[in-house]
Amino acid sequence: MTPALRTRGLTKAFGAFVANADIDLALPVGARYALIGPNGAGKTTLVNLLTGVLPVTAGEVYIGEERVTHLPQHQRVRRGVTRTYQITNLFPTLTVLESVVLAICEREGVAGAWRCTVASRTGEAREARELLAALHLAGDAGVETRLLPYGKQRLVEIALALATRPRILLLDEPAAGIPAAESADVLRVIAGLPPDVTVLFIEHDMDLVFRFAERIIVLHGGRLLTEGTPAEIAADPRVREVYLGEAAHV
Amino acid sequence: MLRNLTGILFDGIAYGSLLFLISNGLSVTMGLMNFVNLAHGAFAMAGGYLCVALMRRGVPFLVTLPLVFLATALAGVVAERTLYRRLYRAPHLDQVLFSIGLTFMAIAAATFVFGPTQQPVDLPPFLRGQFHVLGLDLGRYRLFLVALVVLVTVDLEFLIRRTRFGAQIRASVDNAAASAGLGIDVDLVCAATFALGTGLAGLGGALGIDLLGLDPTFALKYLVYFLLAVAVGGAGSVKGTAAAALVLGVCDVAGKYYVPAAGAFIVYALMVVLLVAFPLGFYGRRA
Amino acid sequence: MSAEAAEPLAGAAAAEPAAALPHDRWRPLEVAFWLLPLPCYFLFPGYLVLASQIFITGLFAVSLDLILGYAGIVSLGHSAFFGVGAYTAGLLARHGWGEPLSGLAAAAAAAAAVGFLVSFLVVRGGDLARLMVTLGIGQLFFEAANKAYDVTGGVDGLNDVRMWRILGLFDFDLQGRTAFLYSLAVLVACFALVRRVVASPFGLSLRAIRDGGKRMPALGAPVRRRLVAAFTLGAAMAGVAGALLAQTTQFVGIDVLGFNRSAELLIVVVLGGAGRLYGALLGAAIFMLAQSYLSGINPVYWQFWLGLLLVVIVLFARGGLLGGARRVLALWASARRASR
Repeated sequence: MTPALRTRGLTKAFGAFVANADIDLALPVGARYALIGPNGAGKTTLVNLLTGVLPVTAGEVYIGEERVTHLPQHQRVRRGVTRTYQITNLFPTLTVLESVVLAICEREGVAGAWRCTVASRTGEAREARELLAALHLAGDAGVETRLLPYGKQRLVEIALALATRPRILLLDEPAAGIPAAESADVLRVIAGLPPDVTVLFIEHDMDLVFRFAERIIVLHGGRLLTEGTPAEIAADPRVREVYLGEAAHV
Repeated sequence: MLRNLTGILFDGIAYGSLLFLISNGLSVTMGLMNFVNLAHGAFAMAGGYLCVALMRRGVPFLVTLPLVFLATALAGVVAERTLYRRLYRAPHLDQVLFSIGLTFMAIAAATFVFGPTQQPVDLPPFLRGQFHVLGLDLGRYRLFLVALVVLVTVDLEFLIRRTRFGAQIRASVDNAAASAGLGIDVDLVCAATFALGTGLAGLGGALGIDLLGLDPTFALKYLVYFLLAVAVGGAGSVKGTAAAALVLGVCDVAGKYYVPAAGAFIVYALMVVLLVAFPLGFYGRRA
Repeated sequence: MSAEAAEPLAGAAAAEPAAALPHDRWRPLEVAFWLLPLPCYFLFPGYLVLASQIFITGLFAVSLDLILGYAGIVSLGHSAFFGVGAYTAGLLARHGWGEPLSGLAAAAAAAAAVGFLVSFLVVRGGDLARLMVTLGIGQLFFEAANKAYDVTGGVDGLNDVRMWRILGLFDFDLQGRTAFLYSLAVLVACFALVRRVVASPFGLSLRAIRDGGKRMPALGAPVRRRLVAAFTLGAAMAGVAGALLAQTTQFVGIDVLGFNRSAELLIVVVLGGAGRLYGALLGAAIFMLAQSYLSGINPVYWQFWLGLLLVVIVLFARGGLLGGARRVLALWASARRASR
């Protein structure tokens, strides 16, 4: 079966500095993969290449059968690839509800409509409220996102990503900064995604990684170090060496 | 025909050098402090009017030049310490509005004190008239201007490339946060650079009375040219600003000579074209 | 506090249990606001011409607020579209077609066309590039009008703008009664349109683009296309305002173009508070009233105080009058809650 997302020889260089070198990966449909690696391994750069935020230096990216290496970001989003950001990237003066409704409207293709009001879009509004309820954000629906505490802003990040009903979801440290109680909500929602949604998440929290991922990809120095099931990775001496000095939950 | 062409080229270079002298300060301000200072033209104008005021009191033209430079630099420091630094992190719109406000105040003050008419300049006799070289008539004042600007530029280059202060400026322009982390007093660098930039602008304003004229509309009339030189040359790049200013000078003079009906239209059209073609400036610095 | 689009004074009350989304039901305060001009018509018959000027400037300011306050595009050349509209309507009338409403339509179309073309240059760059390009475009049009003396009348202006009756019924009279009602009607119609646009999903997406440009492509939004649409609409409305000026004063001066006109408009919008629509109207009213009173006394003083006002606003009162009012209300509300 064709993988949902695939790369071949993906390379990104900033002048002399090579952030990603010759990366081949393939995410089958419905995968729950984790991407780990020490800081500076090139994980966020890889996500930027996959989503079209950065242009590639060499290599190819495929969504299904389609070669998307040179497509701009918003067109890859239309093909079902959504990401969250490591640094919260919200709309400061929009309320939580407005932000999520906007995301849903963009997905539905009606965000360009100028003759109706936002309030009249009851279907999108209802879906937004349900999503917020699932993430326990319903009480903050009317609050401007810039006024929210950091943990809740991260949840709104996730809500925005989920609102696009992605087929391929790339999560950049989704649980970072979220208090333990709320990160359970995040995981529950992600675990509850339909089986045909493909998820790749970057995380440093090994607890989450080992609990959630069915397969782990390890990046080091911009290159693919290894790939395997959690058990394989935990037992791999190269991985332990690379993480020497870091708290590895083995 | 060739005489005309050379004449235009020479005039254009003189004009461009003057633009460069004034725009340089703006370029460094925008590159270093990321501040869109539309009041830069007002500082240049202030220099011009100060020169006029001094000449009225009998100070010879050449003596006014260093005085104007120092006075405008001082005014720049005061403005920077009291007002400008509050807006370094403000959105560009705020900076634009603020500097437009300052400019309006400057124009009103100039009209009130000096009146709305053009100011004459009293050049020393050896700067009037022309040199006849190789069959060409080269205006003495324009020659003087170009020579002075070259001198200033060489000094500036020396300052920037060979002195420690220059290194501090370059470091701060590249990365203010990292420079601060290295112990560079970025605040001081900003104040000093702003002073230098406005001082040069004032000097340019005084030098430009003969070439560009001086009336209260000066501050806004030539602002577009300064901004253009900086945007096309690349903010923070001295070489870029020089190249852009020269191109601009020559094109404007040539345009007004060959197509007088179009007037300044050519410059504005050129501006739009260049901005679209070089969104990051000639030398690729952030604009 | 929910950030609803076109409120005059946004509610300082705590968020309601079911948070609201942008809508366009008319609030009582808004209705009251729009009823104000009518008694003025009867109470101040000598000031009808000034009132028309306020309506026209208000429309012009609202068009800039759409571009600046909602789409976040900093423009120093908005007068270009005002001028295109004014000269279109003026030239049409001067050359024999004095029908007002079609003149408005033609002006809107011309300004929209120019705005559409310019928008491609504007949506590409960052703030500084936009400033430069819009400044350049504004100056370009000024120079063009200046040089095209035979067509536009250059510095002397375009006179002999003879208007026919509106709808075949209402003549433009010398006291300005028709002009008053005409400009008010056009203002109300355009304002209602913009108000609806701002409360629509499109309007919401504009605010999101203004706020967080990088996030929008991540949601699949065609950012440039939206900005082009917003800019074109703003240009069209500015053109309508310009046409109104030409038609009601029966004259087009070259000062409809140029930097001063653009800069003053920025001041108007910022004075009232950008991003609120009503701020633009409030700013226009106050500015025009102040200008008519003060600049008559001494134009140099006017310019000086205007510059000073701008500096003060930027340093101390960034949200403009409505922003300040909102803060005052919020303080008052929290003081009330604290005292319970």
